[in-house]
Amino acid sequence: MTEQTQLLTSAAADRGPLAMEAISVSKDFHIGRRQILHAVRDVSFNLYRGAVVALVGESGSGKSTAARLLAGQERLTSGEIRLDGNPVKVTSRGDFRRYKSHVQLVFQDPFSSLNPVHTVRYHLERPVKLHQGRAADVDAEVVALMEQVRLTPARQFLAKYPHELSGGQRQRVSFARALAAHPSVLLADEPVSMLDVSIRLEMLNLLDDLRQRFRLAMLYITHDIASARYFADEVLVMYAGEIVERGPAEEVTQRPAHPYTQLLVASAPDPDNLGSALRRGGYRSSAADTARPPGSQALRKPELATTVGCPFSPRCPLADDRCHREDPALVQISPTRGAACWRLDVAAPELVSGLPDDRSTTAN
Amino acid sequence: MSANPDHAPAVSPAAPAPGPDPVLAIRDLSVVYRTPGGDVRAVDNVSLDLAAGEVIGLAGESGSGKSTLVYGATRLLRAPALITSGSVRYSGRRMAGGAGPVDVLAMRPDALRRLRWREISIVFQSAMNALNPVLSVRDQLLDVIHAHLRMPRDEARERAASLLDLVGIPRSRLRSYPHELSGGMRQRVMIAMALATEPEVVIMDEPTTALDVVVQRDILSQIVELKERLGFSILFITHDLSLLLELADRIAVMYAGQLLEIGTAEEIQHGPAHPYTKGLLNSFPSLRGPRRELAGIPGSPPDLRNPPPGCPFLPRCGYGTTACREVDMQLLPVATSPDPGHVTACPFVLPQTPVPPTPAAPQSQPETAGELGT
Repeated sequence: MTEQTQLLTSAAADRGPLAMEAISVSKDFHIGRRQILHAVRDVSFNLYRGAVVALVGESGSGKSTAARLLAGQERLTSGEIRLDGNPVKVTSRGDFRRYKSHVQLVFQDPFSSLNPVHTVRYHLERPVKLHQGRAADVDAEVVALMEQVRLTPARQFLAKYPHELSGGQRQRVSFARALAAHPSVLLADEPVSMLDVSIRLEMLNLLDDLRQRFRLAMLYITHDIASARYFADEVLVMYAGEIVERGPAEEVTQRPAHPYTQLLVASAPDPDNLGSALRRGGYRSSAADTARPPGSQALRKPELATTVGCPFSPRCPLADDRCHREDPALVQISPTRGAACWRLDVAAPELVSGLPDDRSTTAN
Repeated sequence: MSANPDHAPAVSPAAPAPGPDPVLAIRDLSVVYRTPGGDVRAVDNVSLDLAAGEVIGLAGESGSGKSTLVYGATRLLRAPALITSGSVRYSGRRMAGGAGPVDVLAMRPDALRRLRWREISIVFQSAMNALNPVLSVRDQLLDVIHAHLRMPRDEARERAASLLDLVGIPRSRLRSYPHELSGGMRQRVMIAMALATEPEVVIMDEPTTALDVVVQRDILSQIVELKERLGFSILFITHDLSLLLELADRIAVMYAGQLLEIGTAEEIQHGPAHPYTKGLLNSFPSLRGPRRELAGIPGSPPDLRNPPPGCPFLPRCGYGTTACREVDMQLLPVATSPDPGHVTACPFVLPQTPVPPTPAAPQSQPETAGELGT
C-alpha cells in the first residue's frame, strides 16, 4: 500500500517545497472493553509550502483525528510524521512547544475556542511572548497580527471580549492567534463551517491570502466538497478512517471515481440544476442505509467492521463479494490521482480504461 | 402583546399574497428585545403569507431575525422579547370548520395550547438538545400523542410505530434512547414527532444544519416526500440559500429584521432583484459547472439597537447611493419579473442591473455579536 501511495505525486507538489509528510499514519482508540475504533488507518499525504490540501469527509470519518495527529495532540498508533524531512518526536513539553511554533491548528468553533474571560489582547499576547521570546515588541506584533487578519482598526478590538465579537471576527482572532507563532504549517479544522454562508467566502479568501503571504502549507478540513473545489489544490476524500480517493481538486470534484465521492458530489445542493431531483422526489438513496453512519457500525463490531472488506461496501451500490471480503488499496488512476475501490471499472470506466487489468494483486 | 406607539408601522408594506387563502398570514409583525442598552429591533414590520401545501424558505444570516419572526408568530418568545405590533392569522382546515381564521397573537393560553403542535409544529435545529435524553423514542412520541390527541393506549402505540415507518426508521428503534441514535436518526425522530398530530403547518428551523451533506440530502428528500403525501405547509428557516433554491416554492430573504425580497425559487435564482440577494447568490462555491468568480458580501450587519436610517443593507451595498438613506423599505413588485408575487425592498436596482465593483469592506463598523440567536 505504501509503495502504491508513494508513486502518486500530490497535485499540490508544484506549489512549493515539501513541508510535512504523514506516512502510513494510524490511530486507534480503545473504547470500552476489547473494543477498538480505528479512527485513522494507514493514511499518507504530503503538505507543501504555499499549497492547500483539503481533507473531505463526513463526521466520524477521522478527518479531525488526522489533524490532531499532525498537530501533535494525539499519539500515533503507528506510522510517522515528518516535518521538513525530520521525523517528529514529541515527548516533552518543550518538544511540543517547539513543534507548535511550526505547526498550528485552527478549530472549527470560534465560540468555544476562545476563552470567554480573556480579551482579544490576551489571546494574542500570549502566543507572541511564548513563541517569539522577550526580544519581541509584543504590542506592535499584536497589532500587526490583527491587521494581517483584517481585524481593523486593531486598537478598537484589543480590549474586546469574545462575546462582543461576531462569529467571523472571532474566527479572525483564531487565525491571528495561529499566525503569532509564525508557523510553516496551518491545519484548519472546518474553519468556516460554523459561520454564515455570506461570511464563509470572505474567510476563505482571507485564508488564501495568508497562505500566499506566508507561504503556509495548509491542510483544509471540511465536509463541504464544493468549497474544497475552489480553495484546495489537492483533495483527499476520507471515509471511515481511510483515504478512499485523492487527486487534483478540480478533477476529483468534477469526475469523481470512487462511489463514495460520487455520493458526496451527488448530495451537495445543486442550485444550478434547480428543483431537479429533490423536488421531484427523484433522489433516493436508501434511507435505512444512510441513516447509519459508518462510525456507528464500526463502534458496534469494530473488529469485524473495520478489518474486513472495503469500509464503504455496506453502503455501496456496486459492492460485490470481494468488496465485503477485502479492503482495496489505493489504485493509481493518473500520476496525481488514486482511488481505493475494487469496482473502478464499473464506477468510473472512462477513468480507468487505460489501466492494466492485474492491479487486483495489490491488496494489503 | 402591548402596542408600542414608537414602533407602530407608518405604512403597511405590500402584502405578498399569491394563492387564495393563506394558512398562516403574518402582518406587520414587529418584535423587539428589551435590553439595558435600548431596544433591539429584531423583527421590523414583517408581512409573510404561507399558502396551504406550500414550502416557504426563510433565508438570512445569524441575527437577521428569521427565528425571532417565526417564534414570534407562534408565541414562543418570552421576555425580554416583546411583540410590539402586527397580527398573525391562522386558518387551518380544522379551524375553518369552527370560527374561521384565528388571531394567534390574541389567543388565550388554552386555545394556544390547542394550536401548538396540533396545528403548527416545529422541528428544532438541534435534535441533540431538543430530545429528552432520559426518554426512549417511543415515550417521546407517546408523550406528544397523548398531550395533543385523545387516543386509546394501544392505538397510540401503533401510531408511534407507524410514525417511525413514515420517516424510515426501523420499529426496533422505538426502545432506543437519543444517545443511541445517529444525528440523522435523531433529526428523523424530531420530524416524526412534528408530524405525530398531523399538523397543517410545520416550521423547520435549520433542521439539517448540523448534519452531513449525504444525510442532509436524504432528510430533505424525505421531507418533500412526506409533504406531498400528507399535504402540510412548511416554513423552512436556514442561512443556506443554496438549499432553498432546490427545496422551496417561494423564498423570503431576511436581513436586519426586515424582509428584503420575496419570490419564487426560480425568480430568486435567475432574476434576484435585491442587491443583498444577489450578493448571497454569489457567495457560495458551486460544485458543478464552470468555476465562477465569487464576490461574497463584505462587511457585517448593522447594530439593531440603533439601525441606520433607510436601507439597512446600505453600508455593504455596492449599488448604494445617498437616496438609499431615505428608502422606506416597502416591498414593491419587481417590474420586469414575470412573477406578480416577486417583490423587493430596493426601488433602485432591477434584476438586470449590472453588478458594480465590490466596495471596500467597511471593517471599522462595530458589530454586535449574535445576540438575536440564529
